[in-house]
Formats: sequence, C-alpha cells, structure tokens
Amino acid sequence: MIQTLAFYLFAVLTIASAAATILSRNPVHSVLFLILAFFNAAGLMMLTGAEFIAMLLIIVYVGAVAVLFLFVVMMLDIDFAELRAGFVKNFPLGMLVAIVLLAEMVLGLGAYKAGALNLGTPDGTAVTPAGASNIEAIGGLLYSRYLFLFEAAGLILLVAMVGAIVLTHRQRGDTRGQKVSKQIARRPDEATVNVKPEVGKGVSL
Amino acid sequence: MIGVEHYVVVSSILFVLGVLGIFLNRKNVIVLLMAIELILLAVNINLVAFSAALHDLTGQIFAMFVLTVAAGEAAVGLAILVIYFRGRGSIAVDDVNRMKG
Repeated sequence: MIQTLAFYLFAVLTIASAAATILSRNPVHSVLFLILAFFNAAGLMMLTGAEFIAMLLIIVYVGAVAVLFLFVVMMLDIDFAELRAGFVKNFPLGMLVAIVLLAEMVLGLGAYKAGALNLGTPDGTAVTPAGASNIEAIGGLLYSRYLFLFEAAGLILLVAMVGAIVLTHRQRGDTRGQKVSKQIARRPDEATVNVKPEVGKGVSL
Repeated sequence: MIGVEHYVVVSSILFVLGVLGIFLNRKNVIVLLMAIELILLAVNINLVAFSAALHDLTGQIFAMFVLTVAAGEAAVGLAILVIYFRGRGSIAVDDVNRMKG
C-alpha cells in the first residue's frame, strides 16, 4: 500500500515538475523545477531498490549539473522575454509531434499487454549475490566485468572537462600573468651580477 | 500492484515532455539543454526499472554510463553557450548561421 502511494506521489511530482521545467517563463524557475524532477526520479529509482543510482542521480545532477545550469543562467545577462517570442507559434507543431510520440508508445505498451515478445532472459551473471547490498553488487560488477567501460567513462569525463576549459578560456592581453617557463629557466649566475664600481661612479645595468 | 509497466508509462511521458520542450523553446538554448536532460532521465528510469524487473544489474550499470555522458554533454554545451553569448550578446539560437554551413 505504502509503495503504491509513494510511487504515485513520485511519478506525479516528476511529471508535473518536468512540465513546469519546459513551460515556465523564467529559466531560473526552470532549473529549480528540473532539480525537483530529478529528486522525484531518484525517489522512483529508490523504490525499485536501486539505491546507488538514486544517490548518484542526486549527487551528479543536483550537485553538479543543476548548479552549472544555475550558474550560467545567472551569469549571462539575457532578455528572456524576447527568447519566448516563438513559443505560441511553435506550440501546434510541438504538440503534434508529442502526441504522435505518445501514441506510438501507448501502442507499444498495448502490444506488450497483448503478449510480450521474448527476447531472451538474463544469463544470471549480473544478479545481486545473496546477502550483498546494491552498492556492493554494482561495485563488484563495475570493477570486474565492466572495467574497461568504466575507464572509458572516465576518459569521456576528462575530454569533456578539457573541452569545456579550452572553449571558455581566453587570454587577455592586458594582464601580467606568471610566466612559469621563464621562472624555471632562470639560473643564479645570470640573475645576479657582481660589479666593482670605482669610487664616486655609478653602475649601469 | 506497481509493475514495470507503470515505470515505462512514467518514463514515456517524461520523454515526450522532453521532446515537447525542444519544440516549444526553440530559441532558448538553456531550456533546450534542460529538455535533453529530461530525455536522458527518462532513459535512466527505463533502464533502472527493467534492471529491477529482470533481476539483472546491467541496466543500473548502463544508467551510470548514461549519467556520465549526460554530465559531460551539459558541461560542453554550457561552455559553447558561454562563448556564443560572448561573441553575440544573445543566446537566440534559431538563427545561427555563422559558419554558413
């Protein structure tokens, strides 16, 4: 009973906040509704026992991606009213595509209800071992069978990070930055000069 | 009783809302990126629901990889958005023709 109640609560809130994300006038509100949608989706995943993915969703999306969105929305000085100009014009086409997509999915679900295709059953190599928690089981699988994919995911993150930095970094001409190579290349004998000036005369450097 | 069908329905609606968001906010690239995140979230819900229904953890592992790619995509997309704004002073993307492609 409580599971059913929780499912409907999370499902309704997820869908409502997703709708508010795409419909709200102010992008800051959009980001906040996106955060709400992700929290409720994490709740939905928690109900199935996938605790690790649920926590990961909150940490990665709310902690990193949503904050990044919020940062960009607030940093850029944009006239958002002007950007909504095509909203009403695009509405009929958008609704048409959405209804067609939804109808196709309902059709698929109806076909599934009428008798599902059997595309094979899991081979049993990726089941949760008895007595292990969700995190333990995922860790065991991730660091053995999917190790190379895991490393590839790390590479993707590295490339994304380098790409974002290279794209947004700009060299400004009017600043006096530190020249590390020049500092390292400096030797004591060329940095100091030993002179013996005559009495009453200066030194020209 | 809640079954995998309920999860599939929720994720289908979420997916359709994401596609609708792309069509409705064609100028505002920030909301476009958020709509893409919604679509990827729908995919993740599907993967996790089927992983639980089939008692096979592979779905959850793949949901993690989808999460990774979504995070990278958001970072690079927002970086492109920032340099676009720097060059033009606006983020209206429906008339992007700088490269005349």
